[in-house]
Amino acid sequence: MSITIARSLDHALTTLHENPDALILAGGTDLMVQINRGYLNELSTVIAVNRIPELQGWKQQDDTLVLGAGLTYAEMEKSDFAAVAPALAQAARTVGSPQIRNAGTLGGNLGTASPAGDTLPVLAALDAVICLRSAQGARRLPILEFITGVKNNARQPGELIEEVHIPAAQGHQEFCKIGPRNAMVISVASLALIVDQQNKKVRLGLGTVGPVPLRPAEAEEHLSTNVNWAANTVSAATLDQFSTLAAAAARPIDDHRGTAAYRRHAIGVMARRTAARAFTEETA
Amino acid sequence: MTTNHYTLKVNGKEHQVADAWAGESLLWVLRERLGLPGAKNACEEGECGSCSVRIDDEVVCGCLVLAATAVDCEITTIEGLAPEGELVDVQEAFIEAGAVQCGFCTPGLLVTIDKLLETNNQPDDLTVREAISGNLCRCTGYGRILEAVNLAAAKRREATS
Repeated sequence: MSITIARSLDHALTTLHENPDALILAGGTDLMVQINRGYLNELSTVIAVNRIPELQGWKQQDDTLVLGAGLTYAEMEKSDFAAVAPALAQAARTVGSPQIRNAGTLGGNLGTASPAGDTLPVLAALDAVICLRSAQGARRLPILEFITGVKNNARQPGELIEEVHIPAAQGHQEFCKIGPRNAMVISVASLALIVDQQNKKVRLGLGTVGPVPLRPAEAEEHLSTNVNWAANTVSAATLDQFSTLAAAAARPIDDHRGTAAYRRHAIGVMARRTAARAFTEETA
Repeated sequence: MTTNHYTLKVNGKEHQVADAWAGESLLWVLRERLGLPGAKNACEEGECGSCSVRIDDEVVCGCLVLAATAVDCEITTIEGLAPEGELVDVQEAFIEAGAVQCGFCTPGLLVTIDKLLETNNQPDDLTVREAISGNLCRCTGYGRILEAVNLAAAKRREATS
């Protein structure tokens, strides 16, 4: 195993160009577990990217929120970030423990592409765009094209996840996650609801209930067209149907953390609850 | 097997690490190469927090840090919280509250709580519980641990007032 500590984006891209299959080490909270267990090839090249200044922090650029791939969960939890991306901040706060959140990064969550990745349903609902860069150039992919399967993504050899771009949306945002307890929990089912008041659209992201994060189009359409946007209210019937459609769109499996039936049920419950918090339920 | 030579700054002192396997975790290097067994090794996957150490201003799991990448920063372990032969307020509070049972989680908890009190010396109950949520005590002695945090917080407020 050989290690390069990249000190700049150029340094990382040059090293990656020479070793296109190098392992990218960001916060280490996933990769180090593999290394500790001896799962990795002795001949691997590791590029540590957590010292690259260009990948740090976040900024508001016109109508886009620009997040560096090296942004940690701990930074996403902070109040200034929560003010601009509340659902992402909520999701970040549910990741592992404070120790994990101090180390783990947004880019790492995308790179690992676990179905249980906590930021993924939020990024899906936010219409996030993933910016990749290699020595040859840069390209951008919508989150749903970037995540291609269980622990698989569209990053090509020689590419590095550089930034995540999120278009601005004004309105209620919420993230929900089901697990056996509050701390140190890997998601059993998760959901993000994003309200875009300006365009009168509700966007829903489902996590851990499919190989990739899901956007239930029918459920979104049903709620978006039936909300009373002027009064910010919604009927009980609409909420019930939204819940049913969201649950139907889930593609969960049975595994050691939960059954498919439980996960589908949980999605329905979380969909209704978040929508009822975003809009006032009309009294009959 | 590739070897690696690098320097780690631990508890204010520089240590040369030579002929190490590049894949060694910081926890492993601290315990097995540098003679600092205070940080404990249990899960090696970031679940238990018994390996909690400080890197610059953040508490992280030592088992999830690739040692060779922890150069050019200040690493603080339980051994470095107080000068040799002395105790910090959190350690005193743990003794006074009887917050140590088997002791395996104690070093990680002390490092975590010391950092918490540095940023907030009047933490409410929820803040304390969230701050130590990554440090598992399998003796389940949380009642006295929480008592010790309150005691330590009071000591720190007194010292800084």
